[in-house]
Amino acid sequence: MNLIFESSVAGRKCVQVPPCDVPEYQLPASLTRQQAPHLPEMSETDISRHYTKLAERTYGVNNGFYPLGSCTMKYNPRINEEMASLPGFTGVHPLQPEHTVQGCLEVMALAEEYLCQITGMDEMTFQPAAGAHGELTGVLLIKQYHKMRGDTKRTKIIVPDSAHGTNPATAVMAGFTCVNVPSNEEGGIDLDKLREAVGEDTAGLMLTNPNTLGIFDKNILEITKIIKDAGGLCYYDGANLNAIMGQVRPGDMGFDVVHLNLHKTFSTPHGGGGPGSGAVGCKKLLAPYLPKPHAVAGENGYTMDYDLPQSIGRMKAFYGNFLVVVRALTYVLTLGQKGIPEASRNAVLNANYMMHQLSDTYDIATKGHCMHEFIITLDKMHKEKGVTATDIAKAMLDEGIHPPTMYFPLIVPEDLMVEPTETESKTTLDEVVAALKRIHAMAEENPEHMHELPVKTVIRRPDEVKAARTPVICYHFDK
Amino acid sequence: MSVPKNLMYTASHEWVEIDGDKMKIGLTEHASEQLGDLVFINLPEVGDQVEAEGSFGDVESVKAVSDIISPATGEVSAVNDAALDSPGDVNGDPYGVWLAEISNVTAKRELLTPEEYEKLLEEEA
Repeated sequence: MNLIFESSVAGRKCVQVPPCDVPEYQLPASLTRQQAPHLPEMSETDISRHYTKLAERTYGVNNGFYPLGSCTMKYNPRINEEMASLPGFTGVHPLQPEHTVQGCLEVMALAEEYLCQITGMDEMTFQPAAGAHGELTGVLLIKQYHKMRGDTKRTKIIVPDSAHGTNPATAVMAGFTCVNVPSNEEGGIDLDKLREAVGEDTAGLMLTNPNTLGIFDKNILEITKIIKDAGGLCYYDGANLNAIMGQVRPGDMGFDVVHLNLHKTFSTPHGGGGPGSGAVGCKKLLAPYLPKPHAVAGENGYTMDYDLPQSIGRMKAFYGNFLVVVRALTYVLTLGQKGIPEASRNAVLNANYMMHQLSDTYDIATKGHCMHEFIITLDKMHKEKGVTATDIAKAMLDEGIHPPTMYFPLIVPEDLMVEPTETESKTTLDEVVAALKRIHAMAEENPEHMHELPVKTVIRRPDEVKAARTPVICYHFDK
Repeated sequence: MSVPKNLMYTASHEWVEIDGDKMKIGLTEHASEQLGDLVFINLPEVGDQVEAEGSFGDVESVKAVSDIISPATGEVSAVNDAALDSPGDVNGDPYGVWLAEISNVTAKRELLTPEEYEKLLEEEA
C-alpha cells in the first residue's frame, strides 16, 4: 500500500481556515521558514481511508489473543479511555498555575498513594516515560544514595542471567559495571554464586520476581538480605508485577526501589511506541533523591514541590506521560481492593491452565507451577526436525494469533514465552491450545512446510537481517 | 558440526588460532548456528587492552545480543573490518572469518583442544 506522501495530489485540501480575526504580525526573518514544509495534500476522505486501511493491517489485543511474554498485553478497559479524554485532563497546559489544575495534581497524588500501597513503597514519581527509563531512574536513586553517604567504591550492580536485557543495559548506562549471576536448577538465583558475587563494591541488585522463566523465587528474602548485608540496595523490576499484584509486595520482599510499567500491569495501551509510564516507587531512605517536582497535598490544596535539594533532577520534561497515569488510576479504582488480587490470581490461573493443556504436546521449560507466564522450548524439535521457534510463531500468524515472545529468556534454547493475561476466557485459551496442537502435528508431519509459513498474511517472512542492517525509516521527497 | 583440528576453543564457543604470542579469534560453527543470522558485530579497537574472561565485544543476531569473551589478556593488534561490514559472512564460514587478533598475550583462559570441545558440544546437545 502507498505511504501517505505517495498518495498526495497537488492542490488537494481538506481544511478551510477561517478568516483571520486578529491583527497580523510579521515574524522576524530569522524565525520564518525558507521553504514550505513537505506535507501531503489530501482530501479528508483520502486521509480517513488511508488510516482505516492501516488500522485494518494492524493486530492488537482488540483483535484477538496476544500472549507476548513479559509484556502483559492485557485488555485496556474502555472506561480508562473515557476518563483520559475528559476535557479537564486533555485541555490543560503544563505551565498553568497550580490552583487551576488541582484535579490533575490530585490524580497524581492519589495514584501515588494507591500504587505505593500495592508495591509496599513510600513515595513515587511518574516522570519516567516507560520501563527502561524507570529502571534508569531507579538505579540513579541507588547511585545517589551511595554518593550522598560518600560510599564511592560501590561500582557494581548484580543482575541474574534470566534478567530482561534492559537491566544490564541500565546498570551500564548509570555508570556501573554489571555482574552476572547464574540461575540454579529450579530457575531461581544460585545463592552460593550470589554470596560469592557480593562485596564492598556491590551497589545493588536488579531483579524481577517472578523471573522471566515464570518462576517466583522462593529464596527472595534470603536474596535481598545477602545484598543488604553487603551494603547494597535492591531494585525490583516491575515488568512481571501482574503475577503478584495484590498478593505480595516488593517492599515486603526487601526491595528498596521498584519501577512499574503502568502501560502493562495497569492496563494502558502499549506496543507500537506507547506512550508508556515507568513510575518509580521507593522506600523512605531513597525518597529525598526522587526526581522533582513531586505532587504533594498541602493545607491549601495540592502543590508541586520543587524544593528537593538532593534530587537526581528531572528525568523528563514536565510531569511524565500524565494521561497514562489517569488511565492507571482509573484501572485501580475500577478493580478496587478485591479486584486487583483477583486479576493477578486469574493471570496465574490462565497461564497454568494453558501450560498444563499444552504439556502433553510441547516441551515446557518452566518447572512446576508457573506464575503469569511459561516457557515452551522447541529445542528437541529443532534438533530432530529442523523446526524452530520462529517456524511455530510464523504458523501461529496463519491461525490468526499473535505469536508469543521468542528467543527469550536467553538461557532456554528455541523458546517461546507465553503470557495469556487474566483478560482471556477459558474459551479463548481452549481455542489457542487447539491451534497450537494443530501446528505441532503439522510440524511433526511436514517439517519442511513449516519454513514456508505464513501464507495467509499480507507480508510473509520479512528479511530480518536487511531490516536490522539497512532499515529505511525516512521518506525521501527528491526520489 | 565441524571442529577443525588446527584450532583451540573456549567453553563460550570462540575459536582461537595461536601463532607465537599472537592469537586470532572467531566464533565456532555451533555459536554461529545458535545465534542465527548475525546483523552487527562490535569489536574493540586496535591498541585496546583486553582481559582474559572479560567481554571482548559483542555480536547481535536477529534473535539476541551476546558477548564475545576474550580468551586472553593482551593488546588488540588487528581487527577484521570485512567482518564488521558483512557480519553474515561469519554464518557462511565461521572458521574462515576471524574477528580480531590479540598480541603481547600475558595470560590465557583455559583453552580446550578440538577433542575436548567436541565433547563439550556433545554434553550440551
